[in-house]
Amino acid sequence: MTGAIVGDFAKWLGSTSLSHEIQTAGWIIPGLQTIHILGIAILFFSAVIVDLRLWGVLQSDARLGDIARRFLPVIWPTLLVLLITGSFLIIGEPRRSLLNTTFYLKMMLLVFALVVTAVLQWSLWVAPDFWETGRGRRIAARFAATLSIVLWCCIIFAGRWIAYTQVG
Amino acid sequence: MHGLKEFIAFFEDSSLADAIRENDVLFPTIESVHVLAICLVVGSIMAVDLRLLGFASVRHPVSAVTRGILPLTWGAFVVAAASGLLMFIANAAKYLGNGFFIAKLCLIAAAGLNMLVFHFISARDQPRWDVQVRLPLSARLAGGISMILWIAVVACGRWIGFTMEAG
Repeated sequence: MTGAIVGDFAKWLGSTSLSHEIQTAGWIIPGLQTIHILGIAILFFSAVIVDLRLWGVLQSDARLGDIARRFLPVIWPTLLVLLITGSFLIIGEPRRSLLNTTFYLKMMLLVFALVVTAVLQWSLWVAPDFWETGRGRRIAARFAATLSIVLWCCIIFAGRWIAYTQVG
Repeated sequence: MHGLKEFIAFFEDSSLADAIRENDVLFPTIESVHVLAICLVVGSIMAVDLRLLGFASVRHPVSAVTRGILPLTWGAFVVAAASGLLMFIANAAKYLGNGFFIAKLCLIAAAGLNMLVFHFISARDQPRWDVQVRLPLSARLAGGISMILWIAVVACGRWIGFTMEAG
């Protein structure tokens, strides 16, 4: 049932003039993908540098709260760029993603990763040394950092695999 | 020229190259690792470039920024180069015949040269400007050139996928 609705929607989206425009100009899709990857580079690096600091790796002479304040806020405007370029990529080739389980897996992982990032950012905002006081919290910090890195890696993997799992 | 052909054939005929070509899972996996590593390389380099340009981390000394970030850059670069080499040997002749692949290699070499010039020439008097917000022109230039080159590297990488001869 929902499959049919999504299928019809993808078909309609693919028949719009905007979609046609994106498909026929050969440089638009690789161009959008280039911007998309550059956005992922900024976002992924920003998350990882804070995650590594949670592990005590790199920048250990700087305070965790300062590192988080320097790098995490960049994630949200970058996410907006990613959503926009991603949307245009979907409009250009609707069937490639909308009829693809890997795409939905990527979106689920993205929501999960964003929640982890938001919680980390919020906690470090209200209490910059929250994750560094006490053994239990330090272990929890490393768990959260590992989860964040693993989630972002899976998102990047899923993104590349969309190209290999499309139907038809 | 004959030597080069044999050299390429040596890689392409190896059992490793064969496995990467034939296995449906191996190539996309290596490619995913490559994208992941490139994201870290480019993201981390951009953070340093933005400091050199005076747009980010300006309250932190340049030396502290590079010390805290570049080890990650180098680690990721090794992974990107290794995964890139694996993709290359699977289809060496086709890559060598692709203009965007050649351009990508040249751009990475140019980025390396830019880094060497900055490190050994422009940064010789770094202690004098390490904590400044606005850096000398040579340092700002190094940051700007690096940024443009790495953006072009990513673009070429993506264009390779659209211009490779199929099959």
